[in-house]
Amino acid sequence: MEQDVFVVADNILSPLGKTTAENFDRLINNVSDVKEHYDPAISPRSFCASIFDKDRVFVESHKTSFTKFEQLLITSIDDALKSTDIDVADKKTILIISSTKGNISLLEAEKNTPELQKRIALSTSAKMVADHFGFQNTPIIISNACISGVLSIISGARLLRNGQYENAVVVGADVISSFILSGFESFQALSPQICKPFDKSRDGLNLGEGAATVILSTNKKFEHNIKVLGGAVSNDANHISGPSRTGKELSFAIDQSLKEAGLSANKIDFISAHGTATPYNDEMEANAINLSGLESVPLNSLKGYYGHTLGAAGLIESIISIRSLQQELVLPTPGFKEAGVTKPINVIVEPLSMKAKRFLKTASGFGGCNAAVIFGK
Amino acid sequence: MLTKNHIISSCVIEVGSIFKNGESLFQNKSADLSGFLLSVYQHFQLNYPKYYKMDNLSKLGWLASEILLKDSYQKDQYQPEEVGLVLTNRNSSLDNDIKYFESAKEIASPSLFVYTLPNIVIGEICIRNNFKGEHAFYIQEMFDADFVTVQVNYLLDNNILKTCICGWVDVLDQDYKAALFLVERQQTDNSVPFSTKSINNIFETN
Repeated sequence: MEQDVFVVADNILSPLGKTTAENFDRLINNVSDVKEHYDPAISPRSFCASIFDKDRVFVESHKTSFTKFEQLLITSIDDALKSTDIDVADKKTILIISSTKGNISLLEAEKNTPELQKRIALSTSAKMVADHFGFQNTPIIISNACISGVLSIISGARLLRNGQYENAVVVGADVISSFILSGFESFQALSPQICKPFDKSRDGLNLGEGAATVILSTNKKFEHNIKVLGGAVSNDANHISGPSRTGKELSFAIDQSLKEAGLSANKIDFISAHGTATPYNDEMEANAINLSGLESVPLNSLKGYYGHTLGAAGLIESIISIRSLQQELVLPTPGFKEAGVTKPINVIVEPLSMKAKRFLKTASGFGGCNAAVIFGK
Repeated sequence: MLTKNHIISSCVIEVGSIFKNGESLFQNKSADLSGFLLSVYQHFQLNYPKYYKMDNLSKLGWLASEILLKDSYQKDQYQPEEVGLVLTNRNSSLDNDIKYFESAKEIASPSLFVYTLPNIVIGEICIRNNFKGEHAFYIQEMFDADFVTVQVNYLLDNNILKTCICGWVDVLDQDYKAALFLVERQQTDNSVPFSTKSINNIFETN
């Protein structure tokens, strides 16, 4: 019999707040951080995104050898650890880090040398963060495009379920710099305004900065906490930069997650969608949700609050949804007015009071990757 | 660590040489990486126009997967969802990141930007073979046979996958190495038990 995996503690560090409570409070009040910026260091044109104040320092000055990316990871982990007695130095505790681009912004400021390349390597950041807290095990690093955050939760839950570790500190972060912004711009994937997930007039995504941490454990003393009930990953095998035409593959990941959780589709109370507000992603997701029989389930996308926070997105959106289970309040989808996908879906437009027991979180990304995870009481 | 899974085939590509199941199949030590990869593509008479638009990481991983699977993988035995990949490397997509960043100083190219993610090589192998199952890309300083074994055994033992391609694909400038393993639950005549020790041996001894 496999063990249950419980959510012990969490943190969201975003421009909206430095704790999960602060973030949830801002979202209840319908506050978004997505706004227009002009910063020649990031783009010669103005852009619409959610980013931290340029001069903000997260970790105090005697530790300035940490880059912004590492400071985000450290600050988020630090806050999540405050509310638990989990011992990071225990061999039964593993650190899992999710990021798409980590320290890539260093390329922009420094000369490309072998030393710089080593400094950019995600394993360098992982080691520094692990040493800072005293983790004993070598951290696990996941870099799998925009499903990295959801995949890191799934990977963590599996390593706990098969008994290899008892606790997992799962953290994700990404920093928006000219490298990332120019790339999304070249795809013409960016919206000049706050994005409109699933809407008829949606015209692209917003990028966002943030970090988030979820601490998982199989320790029975947390058995009244919310659990990771199931998760799965699939590949479209269709195109490296465009999603599946049918949504069949994301639907397969959703169905596998339900199967692992031992649930039928009607046991899902709400969905936290990927909902990037690009025309193709949202259409594919709507297809997948229909194929899995979830079209009437209330659904939100939080991208209008945070933008797309890349390697942190799956974590931030899962944590907000966990908070929704705890506070019996499911958040709406800023930017959405009129459905603009070809299949019916039930997009939440006003905060929804609901004694929800379980939710589904989905994510998809470049390389044709899809992931789904189910949390519940 | 004992396991009931089996290595059906392996393919290692490094320093201008290609080994399948420990046997040397091809050598070309005179070319740079791009030239070497093209010579491999030509030597094995591959015909896949998408190859030419890939970055070097995807080319290396894709070529290794072609050689790994040829005459070893029974395509008709599996559903697309039953086949997956677990890949690892040290340098993520940094080789192409540097190229993208240099080009973006002039004009940012979406066809270069899409390769600034390490998991694109997984996507390319999935597209080629219609693999739709579980997959993941992990970054590790060194090849960690223990970690890979645990991940793959979990997927196979829990019936999430029936067959899994796993291993290491890393490129940074002229340094490169690929070591892929086709792992299945069914034993075959020439298969080797899948273990930390066996994949480490194959990784290191060529």
